[in-house]
Amino acid sequence: MSTAAPNVIEERESSILVKGRQRKSHLKCDADSIAGCVSQRACVYCGARVVLNPVTDAIHLVHGPIGCASYTWDIRGSLSSGSELYRNSFSTDLKENDIIFGGEKKLARAIDELVEKYKAPVVFVYATCVVGVIGDDLEAVCKKAAQKHGIQVIPVQSSGFIGNKSAGYQAACDALLRLIEPRSAACPPGNKHEVKSINYLGDFNLAGEAWIITEYLRQIGVEVNTVFTGDSKCSNLQKAPEASLNIIQCAGSMFYLAQQLEELYGIPYMRVSFLGLEDTSASLRSIAAFFKDLQMKRLAEELIQRETAAVKSQMEGYREKLKHKKAAIYVGGGFKAISLIKQFRELGIDVVMVGTQTGREEDYQTLHDIADDGTVILDDANPSELERFMTEKGAHLLVGGVKERPLAYKLGVAFIDHNHDRKHPLSGYVGAVNFAREVHATVCSPVWKYARGTGGGNYAGLPQC
Amino acid sequence: MLDCTPKEVIKRSGGLINPAKTCQPIGAMYAALGIHNCLPHSHGSQGCCAYHRSHLTRHFREPVMATTSSFTEGASVFGGGANLKTAIKNVFDIYNPDVMAVHTTCLSETIGDDISTIIKSAEVPEGKVVIHANTPSYQGSHITGFSNMVKGMVEYLARADTDGKKEQVNIIPGFVDPGDMREIKRLVGKMGIKFIMFPDTSGVMDSPMTGKFDMFPAGGAQVEDIRDAGNSSLTMALGYYASSTPANLLERNCRVPAITLKTPIGIKATDDFLMTLRSKFTLEIPYELEEERGQLVDVMTDTHHHFYDKKVAIFGDPDILTGLTEFVLSLGMQPVHVLTGTPSGTLGGPQGIFEKEINEMLAAARLEGRVKAAGDLFELHQWIKNEPVDLLMGNTYGKYIARAEDIPFVRVGFPILDRSTHPYLPIVGYRGALRLVEMISNALLDRQDRDAADEDLELVM
Repeated sequence: MSTAAPNVIEERESSILVKGRQRKSHLKCDADSIAGCVSQRACVYCGARVVLNPVTDAIHLVHGPIGCASYTWDIRGSLSSGSELYRNSFSTDLKENDIIFGGEKKLARAIDELVEKYKAPVVFVYATCVVGVIGDDLEAVCKKAAQKHGIQVIPVQSSGFIGNKSAGYQAACDALLRLIEPRSAACPPGNKHEVKSINYLGDFNLAGEAWIITEYLRQIGVEVNTVFTGDSKCSNLQKAPEASLNIIQCAGSMFYLAQQLEELYGIPYMRVSFLGLEDTSASLRSIAAFFKDLQMKRLAEELIQRETAAVKSQMEGYREKLKHKKAAIYVGGGFKAISLIKQFRELGIDVVMVGTQTGREEDYQTLHDIADDGTVILDDANPSELERFMTEKGAHLLVGGVKERPLAYKLGVAFIDHNHDRKHPLSGYVGAVNFAREVHATVCSPVWKYARGTGGGNYAGLPQC
Repeated sequence: MLDCTPKEVIKRSGGLINPAKTCQPIGAMYAALGIHNCLPHSHGSQGCCAYHRSHLTRHFREPVMATTSSFTEGASVFGGGANLKTAIKNVFDIYNPDVMAVHTTCLSETIGDDISTIIKSAEVPEGKVVIHANTPSYQGSHITGFSNMVKGMVEYLARADTDGKKEQVNIIPGFVDPGDMREIKRLVGKMGIKFIMFPDTSGVMDSPMTGKFDMFPAGGAQVEDIRDAGNSSLTMALGYYASSTPANLLERNCRVPAITLKTPIGIKATDDFLMTLRSKFTLEIPYELEEERGQLVDVMTDTHHHFYDKKVAIFGDPDILTGLTEFVLSLGMQPVHVLTGTPSGTLGGPQGIFEKEINEMLAAARLEGRVKAAGDLFELHQWIKNEPVDLLMGNTYGKYIARAEDIPFVRVGFPILDRSTHPYLPIVGYRGALRLVEMISNALLDRQDRDAADEDLELVM
């Protein structure tokens, strides 16, 4: 018998579960969205673009009609310590004639004109939907341009319809592997543990987050060889094979790259998370353990103690104000969702709903394991579902991305952007405090008093913040 | 820091750098949101729909509901017909709108899906309607897409089914904010004439906080009103690029005479708008509107010395630019660079009107300036480097140029991603012009204060 409410589509039932209420502990995920749904998901191009865009000194050329370039113009909030070239928007702006006769010539001209203007070491050429249909030979055009200009011109196979955002992550990783490739002969895989140098995968330096983590690692004696891809430059990325370890923050986008780097260059990888105090400390410890270096272990313990002590009173202050509030989570990847649950626990906040756009089966298994009984877990949710479960569960706060913000606000629910639009670094110890401050700023805003007056909000009966 | 633009202008033919337009489907989605109880549907990959929703959400700070056909590789090979039929079924089963407004994308256009045939063969519940617009992203711009979706409303909904024409006017407001649509409605209401505005995003994209999430907010043009638009005695299309094509179609289909006017931005365009209404319906201009006009002229008089000789660069959508250019000229400023990303000739739409109108205005003011359609912000930036200006006006993307060249910047148009309240406050009508005067003079005077030496800082300006 169906237990779903009328506004839950039948096909969607297998993508939603309530912990402790149902016997099943796994849910349908990683599947295509249903036609006619208000999905919060994006496309292959989107996935590829968000991964590659932080490469600061690259020309990011979007091959297609104008829209795809317009919507991704400088929206990521990835900071650069050098070039600002990546913040421009380059498009071949395909017109009807190009669709009929092919866009290859225009693409070649665009590459020529841009390379002449900007002298960049690499051009990424993104395929959009229509390019996949009209059959432009991106490989051939890029190869020719690369020879002509003596730089790398790398096609990114990101036509929107060939899969979902995850396929775009993989297309981006393939492009990165091609960028790295030419130098592979120079650094044969060997015993790299002697060099305490790592690649930091899956941090896009939003609000400067990668800089915080790089500094922690420096303090315990680990050098960050390159970040994939926050504040990265072509020349740094090409040195990736020289590292002795890859650590992965955003596994959704970078797990594939880590596997490839291990296979091709013998670099082992480990998952880390620098979201929240608990995960940050655990991650630093595992990195130190990997290098089997007593000095590093000691430095790590000292750093953990020092940084934890530095934020302790602030965290306790926020915890006092925020405990017993209820949070809902709807983010892109599974690993971020897992970290957020732990981070909310540190603040005494109960998570009542958790969902992702592209989480994988093992992510959902972990979410199920760590969630409290009664927590709603869902994949590829639509706004009606988010509304229903937030209202039913009495959430005070939603963590999500750009499309979820006004939805939460309309319901009188506070909101935190844990995506492109974040304004403060949320990583590491300092990030944990920023996160707590952001939660406090929104949950305890005086605006909800007025929102309550119009019927919204879930604050009745709660102690004042 | 952000200045990557070289001064020397070289001819380019390989696409755009820093665009001043975006693609058709987002305009179609915005227009469709201006029908009450309507769900826009994007027939393409799900990324298109996500991008349009995000972009509109960033500008309006409102939830934007739309569905997608979620194309996969199979749909791209075999056509998207099956996806669209499934989508139509799901949309009415789950969300139950009165209208589903389908727009295409570059993908479905290139594959060649025949939307009207698919709609005809789909199961649409009794009393519900599916309309569509072809919006290939490789033609025109978001403004063209807006126009095409309004055309779709006329094609599918408007009917001439009364004996004579009714004493009522259709207003097609163009791609403007809901605050502008409200202001236009207020002006027409004050004139005392019955009107039908479509699309009308007021009450949808500027909806109040109620504590509830409404999939379909209270505002928007009613379907029966759009149907009745075929019985009106006049259509006023505001803005050539966004509104004239659907108005002309309504004239052809239902014999409703169409007049295209400038978007009523600034004193002259607002005068034209009201005088046209007055002459067509033999009405008097009410004292309240005369008073508003008088107040505007009063403020323009009080402040004209602030604007004298000031050079300004303006960019954005063509219909908005025409009104803005005319207005800054009437303030005594010199619009030396005027650029839109929208091509000036569109299939079945206006041809070359943008450049012609702006050039005529400049000639009448005995000014020379650069005017361009289908341009980009890279080029505008180069123009400014070669001929500097005192003020830049345009959407949020102008902030890079304003910073690089250190010029004051007034945000107007679409999209505005870094400021709020603009969807609620008009730039049209006399009130809107008053607001523009305030924004422009504040920007200029703030700059003067910032740059003044201590001894030059003035209390009274």
